[in-house]
Formats: sequence, structure tokens, C-alpha cells
Amino acid sequence: MKTLLMTISRDLKVAYRNPADVINPLVFFVIVISLFPLGISPSADVLVGIAPGVIWVAALLSCLLSFELMFRSDYEDGSLEQMTFGSGPFILVIMGKIVSHWIMTGLPLALLSPLLGMMLFVPPPGLTALMLSLLLATPTLSLLGSVGAGLTVGLRKGGVLVAILVLPLFVPVLILATAMVQTGIQGGDYTGHMLWLGALLAIATGISPLATSAAVRISLSH
Amino acid sequence: MLNVRNLTCIRDERVLFENLSFSLGAGEALRVEGSNGTGKTTLLRILAGLYEDYEGEVDWALDEFPLYVGHKPGVKDLLTATENLTWLSALQEGQVAPDAVRAALAQVNLRGFEDVSCGSMSEGQRKRVNLARLYLTRASAWILDEPFSAIDVSGIAALEERMNDHVLAGGLLLLITHQQLQLDCAVRSLRLGV
Repeated sequence: MKTLLMTISRDLKVAYRNPADVINPLVFFVIVISLFPLGISPSADVLVGIAPGVIWVAALLSCLLSFELMFRSDYEDGSLEQMTFGSGPFILVIMGKIVSHWIMTGLPLALLSPLLGMMLFVPPPGLTALMLSLLLATPTLSLLGSVGAGLTVGLRKGGVLVAILVLPLFVPVLILATAMVQTGIQGGDYTGHMLWLGALLAIATGISPLATSAAVRISLSH
Repeated sequence: MLNVRNLTCIRDERVLFENLSFSLGAGEALRVEGSNGTGKTTLLRILAGLYEDYEGEVDWALDEFPLYVGHKPGVKDLLTATENLTWLSALQEGQVAPDAVRAALAQVNLRGFEDVSCGSMSEGQRKRVNLARLYLTRASAWILDEPFSAIDVSGIAALEERMNDHVLAGGLLLLITHQQLQLDCAVRSLRLGV
């Protein structure tokens, strides 16, 4: 537990001193979404229809931008190899890095989303669904993405490879989350979607840290 | 404490070492020698558990992980010397007192640099932050890959003294260096690439 909290506070401290890494994906998220009214149509009917998909795809892409940063600098300065000598289990260090990644990307995306939803004329019940879907499903994205990030950290140009490895795994999350927001916009009950997203999160929490720590060890041994 | 049997490592179709066997007990120091590219670093990484592409057996009888100092400094540029050292030591030792961290930094001649971020330090100073762990660690085995690179003459003398104390106190030392080594304790030597 101490290892976990220590890793999180260290990563947040590093991010605080170099806020560009956190802000860039957020700015990207906002810009991508604000291009759609300009590119397609500013009419409310059209925008409400595409809003769940647009916001969620933008969230996926902005998460992808940040996976690259998850282990990269620790790998380059040698901190990552030092982490394998920790007295606590290595998997807790990995968990800590995943949690801090979510605090730096998923959480701000979720907090920002109602604003962007309003920009696309999403009605209030839809906004709640949107924010809940992001809160519930972005941790899954961080967990799944960490596996790709861990596998590619030793490569010089890992960015595109992470996308190819990880995006197919994001598809179920995308389908469920957009359906949930869609249901919310129509004023329906989206408890079922939330349960499914929660189930995905539980599965990812069980498997991803194990896979990521194995992936990081493979990357380190080359 | 360390038993190596029939260790073979082939990298890029070159045999780095074949059927290498040796054992090292408490209070023993081993210096790995050889010219560049003969597999010294690879051997130490294998022993540290960081490189797994080998055949043979490596047996450690240790309660805790060895202390490993590699080529990379292992410190974050954005954190200060104190933060870096506290984090590294706390990760490996579980608990570390602020006073001990300050004392360790003073030992490696970084007094006054405690709150300077490592990004604005020189190469040698960054290395010193990492090496300050030698004054904090309880690990009984040390694996040091060229610890003296970028360190000045007086710094090397201080580190040698610390290593000497460690070996005489029953510790195990595995070392790569291209420097002249002046240790009072007996140092065995292993030459690769002959």
C-alpha cells in the first residue's frame, strides 16, 4: 500500500512540475470536439445525434496521446529499472503508475466533458450520463493502455504501435459508453450499461497490472 | 550468497560468455573485467535480474533485492536531490528518515544541493545522488556497473572507502570499473572476452 501511494505522489509531483504533459491531451480533446460543429453542422439536431460518439472518440484519442508518456521518461532516466528492485511488489508500482495516469488524463476529461456536451447541445440527463460514463470507463482505458505502453516503452517510435495494440481493446468500452450516453440523452435508464462498464473495469483491474508488469520486464530486458 | 552455474549468453549471434560458473560469498568482492563490448554489463544485468535471455542458473540466497547501480542515473530531472533519493531509498528500503537522506547527500559532497532539481545538475552530481544510496542501503549485495564514471578523484576515494567498509562488514560486491581500484579488502577478478 505504501509503495502504491508513494508511486502515485511521486508521479503527480513530476506532472505538477511539467504540466504540459497533462494539459496537451486535454487541449487536444477540446479542440477535436470543437471542430465538429464547424465541420459538420451547427444545428442542434445533428450535433446531439453525434455527440456521444464524437466526445468518446476524442477521449480515446487523447488518452492514446498520453500512454506514450506513462513509462517513457522513467525508462530513459533509469528509474523504471530501479523500480524492479523495490521491497514492495513491482505490481503495486505499476498500479500506482496506472492510477496516477488516470488522475492526470481520465479524471480531467470526465470533469471537462459536461462543458463539451453542452457545446454539442446534449440535454442535462445526457450530461450526467456522459460524465458518469467517462468516470467509469476511463480507468479501464488507463489499465488497458498501460499494457501497450509497457510493451512499447523500449522502442524508439512506439506511438503508432500502442494505437494498433490498444485501440481494438477499447472497442467494447466505446460501444457500451456511447450507448449509455445515447440512452441518457433519450431520458432512459442506463443502469445496465453502467453495470457492464463496471464489469469491464473489474476485469481490466484484475488482468492489466499483471500483464503490464510482465510487459515492462520484457521491455527492460532488451 | 551467489551461485552461478553454466551461465551462457548469446547476443546478436555472438557468444558473450559460455559455461561461466562462479560463486561469491559474504565479504567477497568481484571485479568483472574485459574490454568494451565483452558482456560485462550484460552479466551484471543478468545477475540483477534485469536481463533474462540466458541459459544456466543464477542462485541468490538473499533476503532482499541487491542494490543495483546501472549506467542510467535513475534520478528524475524534475525532482530535487532530496526527493529523488528519498523516493529511491523508500522504494527499496521501505522506510527512510529525512535526516538520513540529508546525511547521505552530505557524504557524496552534495551539501547545499539538497533542494536543487536534478535537471540542473551536472552528470557527475546526478550520479552522486544515485550513489548516495550506498550510505542508506541495508542491502547485503551491491551490483555496481561503472559507479566511478563522471565522478571526480576525491569522490572516487570516498566511494572506495564505503565499498571497503561494506565488504569488510560481510557484504557482497560486484563491480565493473575501468579505473585503478584501491580497496584494502581482497578483490577477485573475472575477465570476460578472452
